Amino acid sequence: MGLLNALDNPINADGIILGKVEDLFNWGRAKSNWFLQFGLACCAIEFMAVNASHFDLMRFGNIPRSSPRQADYIVISGTVTLKMAERIKILFEQIPEPRYAISMGSCANSGGPYWQHGYNVLKGIDRVIPIDVYIPGCPPRPEAFEQAVLKLQEKISMEEIFKKRERVAQEDKMLESMLKAEENNFIENVNKHI
Amino acid sequence: MENNLENTTNNNKINIEYSQFDSERMRLNAGPQHPSTHGVLRLEVELDGEIVTDIIPHLGYLHRCFEKHCENSNYNQIVPFVDRLDYVSAINNEFPYVMAVEKLAGIEVSEKVQILRAMCAEINRIANHLLAISAFGLDSGAFTPLLFLFREREFALGILEKLSGARLLYNYFCPGGVRYEIYSDFKKDVKVFIDSVRLAMKEMEDLLIFNDIFIKRTEKIGLLPKEVAINFACSGPVARGSGINFDIRKSAPYSSYDKFDFDIPVVEPGKEVVGVSGDCWSRNWVRVKEIEESCKILEQGITLLPDEGSVTDGIPKKLKVPAGEVYCKAENTKGELGFYLVSNGSDKPERVRARATSFVNLAILPSISKGYMFADLIMILGSIDIVLGEVDR
Amino acid sequence: MTIQEIYDLLKIHFNDDIKEITDISNGDSFITVNPANIFDILQFCRDYETLDFDYLTLISGMDSGENLGVVYHLYSMKFKHSIVIKAFVPKESPNIQSVVYLWRAADWHEREAFDLIGVVFDGHPNLIRILCPYDWEGHPLRKDYVTPQEYHGMKVPY
Ligand code: SF4
Repeated sequence: MGLLNALDNPINADGIILGKVEDLFNWGRAKSNWFLQFGLACCAIEFMAVNASHFDLMRFGNIPRSSPRQADYIVISGTVTLKMAERIKILFEQIPEPRYAISMGSCANSGGPYWQHGYNVLKGIDRVIPIDVYIPGCPPRPEAFEQAVLKLQEKISMEEIFKKRERVAQEDKMLESMLKAEENNFIENVNKHI
Repeated sequence: MENNLENTTNNNKINIEYSQFDSERMRLNAGPQHPSTHGVLRLEVELDGEIVTDIIPHLGYLHRCFEKHCENSNYNQIVPFVDRLDYVSAINNEFPYVMAVEKLAGIEVSEKVQILRAMCAEINRIANHLLAISAFGLDSGAFTPLLFLFREREFALGILEKLSGARLLYNYFCPGGVRYEIYSDFKKDVKVFIDSVRLAMKEMEDLLIFNDIFIKRTEKIGLLPKEVAINFACSGPVARGSGINFDIRKSAPYSSYDKFDFDIPVVEPGKEVVGVSGDCWSRNWVRVKEIEESCKILEQGITLLPDEGSVTDGIPKKLKVPAGEVYCKAENTKGELGFYLVSNGSDKPERVRARATSFVNLAILPSISKGYMFADLIMILGSIDIVLGEVDR
Repeated sequence: MTIQEIYDLLKIHFNDDIKEITDISNGDSFITVNPANIFDILQFCRDYETLDFDYLTLISGMDSGENLGVVYHLYSMKFKHSIVIKAFVPKESPNIQSVVYLWRAADWHEREAFDLIGVVFDGHPNLIRILCPYDWEGHPLRKDYVTPQEYHGMKVPY
């Protein structure tokens, strides 16, 4: 809607808008986030309620996908056990970049009610994957989840794309040379021992 | 017992002599993040083409150390942990636990509290069954029932939220009473709720339950004979769908359930509406009928619930539990839920062991789903209605 | 049948293997039996005409200091009576016979008792961990259990 309002502006007449390409991209990315459809524990039931008729998450442009390869973000909805943590890491890594993660509920944030004696509970999912938005509550209300989605949209629409690409390319180059050096080192070592 | 399963007639099972073909078996991993496994259950399935030949369930992806926490918390602090076992029907979980503590500590509970507790449990039961039916529909590919039934479910959650302050995990019951007084419009809300649920279920029967496609997907699938169900100690809709007339609300009435007049829906062999006794459709049908029975109980509860009297007066200032041990059971939404409580006289229990219903009911899955298609396996799992929080504890 | 009658009946058939009956006024009384003969006793409970315990409610393990206890809760669908039977095994050799062949429901209960408490059920067809990861060390519900510092590179304590 913001776009249409801009068209009414007399300065941008004739349907022409002046702006940065980055903004356009970000606007598109922020308003159509697909999430990975999976649930962990009690919070997942509230997550279902958010998706169902009463709270209707789809009006924010969020559609469930069953495969991580089609998703933009993942919702960690509940207690993460040590047994599950490795799986979640794999799932998260399967999501193509740029990817985001929402941590829903105190369990995912910090271990929640199970922080003290939970020998099999991971005390905070951020020990395994990076998190963008945290939602407190046990379980968080559906309204809180919607707030989190808005926060995520805000974050995405402020991101830089081109500079980041440059930076990532540089980092990649550095990494490559480091790896090469390491490999050479290794080969030298092996040769020495032979 | 195994033979019994094989011999049942009237079965959609595909009988193939495996030795005839030199077919290759494939191992497929379903879960733990698959949405149709109702949480984080992992099934290692061996397939012959599309046909399931073996299943190995791997549990424990949500093992939250419930029993360890109980040993380190006092009796009132345990109630929230109990909530989080079967998180879809939290009130029903608290019920046997507080009864066990009350029995050990010798606390008498007033009649008003008992009736209120039963009513809360029934509202919660309806909420759970609405979720179970809609999720079952979702498994079979019907998305609309979910959208329809969640409307009514929000209503149930709304009533319980007004009572307890929480939407999903209530922490409402406590030994001796309930935490908060009843709000003034409670009876009116319940009345409106009953009407809307009845209307919704009528709609649902046309939309989903007697829908041809749905019947074709669910009838004569996953047959569970009666003797096998008893041997596996199944309870709840799973057992009643197989014709076992077993409901703790009737067989050993607790709380105020002897004051209510209601039936136990059982699908007995020879009296089926659709399909055969013990198939997926029957198990789901028991849930549909149970919603109606719960509505009946709520209706009577409105007249039985006295207006005067307090529900929070009976809570002891300091809870003292003498040494002893007790096993208390109640009819959870999924079957028999029991708590085995061992007290040593201190303020913390020595051992709390939950007989988790879903854990016991899930154990039948490998036996009843061999020989069906893989897509049917999802239906069978959906019809058992498990909650992983309870399976793994 | 009341628990006293069941106790008398078991005493006639198993004599010394049935140890004592512990009365608990505010809960459920239980019968303590000799763990060496548990399979026969439970089979008798299941098959004897007037007992007919066809429904195994629960098997729980517990750590009671020097011994490990195994508790069987049985229920009869027909007569609607129930009973609690306990057997204690020493911690050094926590072996007891499995009852999977009497009730299939015992399968996962026994695996759980093995996983969390460390009771070993002889004759169980597939006695592996069920709740903890397969490579977990120790039995978490024992009183002397110490939570590990790390598991697969993840820090465990808060
Ligand atoms: S934060 Fe609370 S509601 Fe959410 S998964 Fe943890 S215990 Fe359950």
